[in-house]
Amino acid sequence: MDTLQLLIAGIANGCIYGLIALGFVLIYKASESVNFAQGDMMILGAFLAIALINTNQADLPFLLGLALAGLTLGVFGYLLDALLLRRVFGQPQLTMVVLTIALGFVLRFIIGAIWGHDPVGLESPVAGERLTIGALTIPLVDVVIIGATVFLVAVLWLFFARTRLGLAMQASSQNQMAAYYMGIPVKRVVSLVWAMSGVVAAIAGVLFAAKGAVEPSAGLVFGIKAFAAAVIGGLGSLPGALAGGLLIGVMEPFAGRYLPSHVAQVSPYVLMLVVLIVRPSGLFAQMKQKKV
Amino acid sequence: MSLLDVSNVSLSFGGIRAIDGVSFTVKPGEVFTIVGPNGAGKSSLFNLISRIYEPADGAIRFDGRDLLACQAHEVIELGVARTFQNIELFDHATVLDNLLIGRHSRRRTRWFEDLLFLPRVRREERAHRRQVEEVIDFLELAAYRDRMIQGLPYGVRKVVEIAQALVAEPRLLLLDEPASGLSMEETESMAWWIEDMQKDLGLTIVMVEHDMGLVSQVSDRVLAIAEGRPLAEGTPAEIRAHPEVIRAWLGGVEEA
Repeated sequence: MDTLQLLIAGIANGCIYGLIALGFVLIYKASESVNFAQGDMMILGAFLAIALINTNQADLPFLLGLALAGLTLGVFGYLLDALLLRRVFGQPQLTMVVLTIALGFVLRFIIGAIWGHDPVGLESPVAGERLTIGALTIPLVDVVIIGATVFLVAVLWLFFARTRLGLAMQASSQNQMAAYYMGIPVKRVVSLVWAMSGVVAAIAGVLFAAKGAVEPSAGLVFGIKAFAAAVIGGLGSLPGALAGGLLIGVMEPFAGRYLPSHVAQVSPYVLMLVVLIVRPSGLFAQMKQKKV
Repeated sequence: MSLLDVSNVSLSFGGIRAIDGVSFTVKPGEVFTIVGPNGAGKSSLFNLISRIYEPADGAIRFDGRDLLACQAHEVIELGVARTFQNIELFDHATVLDNLLIGRHSRRRTRWFEDLLFLPRVRREERAHRRQVEEVIDFLELAAYRDRMIQGLPYGVRKVVEIAQALVAEPRLLLLDEPASGLSMEETESMAWWIEDMQKDLGLTIVMVEHDMGLVSQVSDRVLAIAEGRPLAEGTPAEIRAHPEVIRAWLGGVEEA
């Protein structure tokens, strides 16, 4: 029973890692670089949701607050690319890496300046509720997290497989020149991917804050772990990102239970190193190597 | 009435004049070929027409519309499709998927309609697939339909790229060195495809090509350029006999 309990808690955590890892992969495919502010965008989404939903703040209905936070982060992602990152397009990948690391610092500072540095939780309709099945007791929020992730991933999958825009996104990430001549406005499509990863970050942030308290700098460590998840899955693969997230999420509670705490903390990175040594392109790598 | 009207275009890279006052017009239904030594500016001309490069000077009109007012992704909607010297396809997708994405500019459904797979979407999808299958039949690609681009022979990929341009139902097709890297046999079939596209589909074709055999076989008119400047224009036979052209090709006088 204990194992099952740990497993479910791990899967719920892993879902959030997976969503952020998904954001890493989306951006990696669209912009061929890594957005190291992904974790901080998630925390921004969390704090926005808290400000919109909590009773001592704007006190909006939960789903409305969630939608508004998602919308805001979506617009943020779009404008971030359209106004700033598009200007460094064509520069070495490192340019955008440094830029997004800096952006992460700025976001952490702004979040701290607006909402303070004390941990706050998001008041969700399922807070404190538990689901009891036989001897198994699961926090309802974990069930909601898993359900929401499954739903979101299903929608994303349908979007990429079926819609004209989703296919255009896939095409742009494979060959920008060819995409242009299919009539795809590649720059706008890339900005839309950024918007999408903003929305996903906000949803992950809301799920994260519904589970426990958040503070402005939480995005840093969380983002790095999610990056490890994305690398484990193979940076170019969306299913890989989710699998990597789940792997790290499930690993943590077990490592915490059965290993000394200082070992448990580094376990995600050890896993990443092992994967990089055994399968350098990640567990779910689709592409062998980019042809030059 | 001309379909494509390029008048007095110039293009500079930094201080270098890549194209210097080139003009030509292409009539509906003809195969018009641009020839010239390496570095003459042939591909640059294509890149001007398909809006990768911004000309320093001049005007380009397609069917009476100002092409320079369009962005690169908009030329296909006007009816101008192209291929590339080095083949630009989606390597990690099948031939069929490459052709389906080639229909992008003809798709009219919105993303939420797509997501719900409404009857209108299904109807449109069937039409797109029919169109794609017609092109597959036309260019005899049925055997490669479900194969990944990555594993295909070079010559087949060349034809797939043309198919990808055709599914968008263009009126003008720009072929950038369609025979480069092809064997003699493949070049021969390329000549047939070009003739078929001109006669059966009524396409207007502008081509850049080195292989003078192919050029003579399919072209109605030829423009020779060298060092970004026009040398001569005429029938393939006229161009081959033109003293300026012979000097630029064989004399190597102007090699810099």
